[in-house]
Amino acid sequence: MRGSQNKQKDERYLKLVDKLTPNSDLAKGLIRAFWVGGVICVIGQLVNDAAKVWLALSKDDAGMVTAVVMVFFGSLLTGIGVYDRIGKYAGAGSIVPITGFANSIVASAMEFRREGLVLGVGAKLFLIAGPVLVYGIGTSILVGIIAFFVGV
Amino acid sequence: MLGGQTALLETRPVVDAWASAVCKKEGEGPLGDLFDMIHTDDTMGEDNWEKAETRLFMDAVKRCIEKAGVTSGDVRMLLGGDLLNQLVASNFAGRELGIPFIGLFGACSTMAESLAVGAMILESGSADRLLCAASSHFCTAERQFRFPLEMGTQRPPSAQWTVTGAGAVMVSNRRTVLRPRPVITHVTIGKPIDLGVTDATNMGAAMAPAAADTLCRHLMDTSRTPTDYDVIATGDLGAVGSALFEELMREKGMPLLAHRHVDCGLMIFSPEQDVHSGGSGCGCSASVLCADLLPKVQKGKIGRLLFMATGALMSPVSANEGESIPSIAHAVVIERPEEV
Repeated sequence: MRGSQNKQKDERYLKLVDKLTPNSDLAKGLIRAFWVGGVICVIGQLVNDAAKVWLALSKDDAGMVTAVVMVFFGSLLTGIGVYDRIGKYAGAGSIVPITGFANSIVASAMEFRREGLVLGVGAKLFLIAGPVLVYGIGTSILVGIIAFFVGV
Repeated sequence: MLGGQTALLETRPVVDAWASAVCKKEGEGPLGDLFDMIHTDDTMGEDNWEKAETRLFMDAVKRCIEKAGVTSGDVRMLLGGDLLNQLVASNFAGRELGIPFIGLFGACSTMAESLAVGAMILESGSADRLLCAASSHFCTAERQFRFPLEMGTQRPPSAQWTVTGAGAVMVSNRRTVLRPRPVITHVTIGKPIDLGVTDATNMGAAMAPAAADTLCRHLMDTSRTPTDYDVIATGDLGAVGSALFEELMREKGMPLLAHRHVDCGLMIFSPEQDVHSGGSGCGCSASVLCADLLPKVQKGKIGRLLFMATGALMSPVSANEGESIPSIAHAVVIERPEEV
């Protein structure tokens, strides 16, 4: 446990840290995230429209095909070592779309392959994506229960 | 013993030989020509990153033994460490090398820690020749502390780049007039210091107070001032940590002269190499010490060097549990050969 005198010093030092640590360039980051994320979404929309028009799929089926195609490209670009460069440039712009989800799973698979198929890939595949699944599925169950009783 | 934390080494252990091994990115940096061995492939021809780091560690140790003109049988002890759980890289190198081995963990301060412990063992007379070494590898450290390599993430400007490198230093108590060598005169063992920094992407900020504390303690114990040193070399504070360290020393009334403080993390890479705040890892201070600092001491360009590697004693588990990052710094004084 730290004494109060020491704690006071802490805060003074943390202020100094804040002062001397350079911040990320927010404007640049936002612009990059916006245009890369936008391009990914436009590609997704094109795939979606193509599925509806050329494959004559329903809205739901077209959405599913879009997810499959985008996950495929996210995984492919991760596998050939391109997605991490896109991510470095675009930040959240390439993390938030479904391709980023694919990236986090394939990157883990590649990293932990050396530890074996069961304890490596099997156990650690969802190391990064796990929280998204847990809270995504959890929230959907919650919303489902509410919808059931409210009767939407 | 001097003061509270410093050991004065009356036998003045001799730094017999040193060697460094690094990878491509470090080889392309400002110190590129000075390393003993530069690998072009970050796997070093092995099939996983841990083996690659073990290879790097062994390369530095073997080259050092070779440069000293002795055999591994002449080495009484090997003291070394790295950043990985269970010291995978150095323990497994020890398995191959067949030299009595003491594994040390001091995060990025390991090179100074092993030199300090090694020098004190020599002072005690428990050994006559030993090797001190440390290594780090970008890819093993990323997995240990951060994300899978292919994850598309951004680093903030305060983040540092783990050096893929290793350094080994042979110290002995055998003086020869024919080959004057640098000597170790003082050792200061630092205390873990924690001022409450929690940001794992700003290790320089976590480590700067430890560096300032150890340096102040060292100067008090030895009744010296920063001007008594030609060079004060910190391990891997990076740009952010160095600025904080210099500010803390100013506050304590012992300002450093700008050109006398160097940071290994800022020496090993140039700003164009996209390493943000600078290099880090045990291999950073270890390889810079062996490639740049020790040769300068040997040639008399640096009369008295304070080598102070710093380490952030963080684990991903303690960080998840909400702990702040304690840090440590150990200092070793190396002086040029008396005969030069």
